[in-house]
Amino acid sequence: MTTGLFDILGPRMIGPSSSHTAGACRLGYVVQAIIGGIPEKARIGLHGSFAMTGEGHGTRKAIVGGLLGYQPDDIRIRDSFAHAAEAGLEFEFHEVDLGEDAHPNGTLFEVTLGDDTMRVKGCSIGGGRIRVREIDGFPVDLKGTQPTIVVLADDVPGTVSKITGIIAERGLNLATVRVDREGRGERALMTIETDGELPDDLFVNLHDRSWVHWIRNVHRLNA
Amino acid sequence: MFESIAEWFELAGETDVGLAGAVLRRESKETEADEETIRRRVSEALAVMRAAVDEGMAIDEPSPSGLTGGRARRLGAAGPELLGPTFTTVLARAIATLEVNARMGLIMATPTAGAAGVVPAVLLTLQESRGWSEDQLIDGMLVAGGVGAVIAERASISGAGGGCQAETGSAAAMAAAAVTWLEGGTREQVAHAIGLTLQGMLGLICDPVAGLVEIPCVYRNATGAVHALAAAEMALAGLDFPIPVDEVIDVMGEVGRKMDVRFRETALGGLATTPTGQKIAAAAGMDRLVQLQRRGRTDGESSARIGPS
Repeated sequence: MTTGLFDILGPRMIGPSSSHTAGACRLGYVVQAIIGGIPEKARIGLHGSFAMTGEGHGTRKAIVGGLLGYQPDDIRIRDSFAHAAEAGLEFEFHEVDLGEDAHPNGTLFEVTLGDDTMRVKGCSIGGGRIRVREIDGFPVDLKGTQPTIVVLADDVPGTVSKITGIIAERGLNLATVRVDREGRGERALMTIETDGELPDDLFVNLHDRSWVHWIRNVHRLNA
Repeated sequence: MFESIAEWFELAGETDVGLAGAVLRRESKETEADEETIRRRVSEALAVMRAAVDEGMAIDEPSPSGLTGGRARRLGAAGPELLGPTFTTVLARAIATLEVNARMGLIMATPTAGAAGVVPAVLLTLQESRGWSEDQLIDGMLVAGGVGAVIAERASISGAGGGCQAETGSAAAMAAAAVTWLEGGTREQVAHAIGLTLQGMLGLICDPVAGLVEIPCVYRNATGAVHALAAAEMALAGLDFPIPVDEVIDVMGEVGRKMDVRFRETALGGLATTPTGQKIAAAAGMDRLVQLQRRGRTDGESSARIGPS
């Protein structure tokens, strides 16, 4: 994918930094989309440059704003800590060392919503663009630029075709499909990028299947 | 978008849709959005730019760090107008957007947050002084976007990637091209305007004090706007730049890649590590940054990437 017009004329964002503010917000946003709502608790590890220079760039406010479901152009980011208290989101930040190979603008989210707890690693790679690299130990490569279905399911035959079949019925093309599993017959995490948005209730009947642990519809991030 | 300015301009010449029309067609083809939708989105971008300029011109208090705030207003109110009111307004507006950015206000990152002041300052101000219609201004933005996209592909538009020459330099080249096109310049003149802008900004480092997008960034946006105006003025008068524009862009990319990491948005060199720069960093609570700066200086080389982009 080459550089598009609105990569240059944008993004529309709350300042001051596309990587440390807009990208940070998007990471929080995607994490809340993956756990399926505003978390009740969030422990956020900041790595490298995020830990070092984040304070002056509103990185923490932007991350908390993202966890509240705000996108980078939402002025509420400025006061996100106060909004978090109203929304029942308890959060804490700490410094974390994700290793030398990790991107300098790295994050480790540990979030809880109801009975679910998730660990998500991601980074902000510049110009507001992000990558989610890991969900609960499974390697992923989620960019948020395409609508993405994220599924944790048991590794039973036909899982992938069942889910991609539902998408195909809507007449949508798949952009990428990625599956990682713990081992044969154990749990597998699937990320499926599609060319168009899917309705949130599309997979509702799949929640009843014993082999699906959870399934999320992560909408495309605003440009 | 386009691999080179040459490819874009050739295509625009062959199809007779003009530079803006060629960008519109290519963007429409690549994203499957219709041309009307693209123009509407550009118009929305302009609305955000105008609001940021107005907000910034009214700021009369310091940013959270205390480093900026109120300078655009001061210049707008008390500028001696050595070169007339348009020039002073361009400078003040470039600073205005960056001051909004510094206090977590809403801006259009064009092409980045750190260089967001240049394009609106130049285009919005010259729209008033030169009487461009809103549709013409949208055309100008399309031309600016095309220039930025080529530079992003061939070189870099980020301070981390190529220093300030890549960030405000790109913004200035975008603005210069738009002005030259809107003032009736030929394709050749637009190309020269881009080359003339970049030659003047080659080698400029990115050295934000305390790692914040404030000093020298607010001023670099103002001087970037000046480069854009100077280049457009010269190009429109028929002055040429003998090195072809794509070669100038490539050399900007090469200079950026060879630029020491301390001068690429890490706050490990330049104005950031002057004695006063370090004092400001300490006062702004960026002590960790100061320690890193010291380490970076004793090590002579550091790969730490600790700045914004």
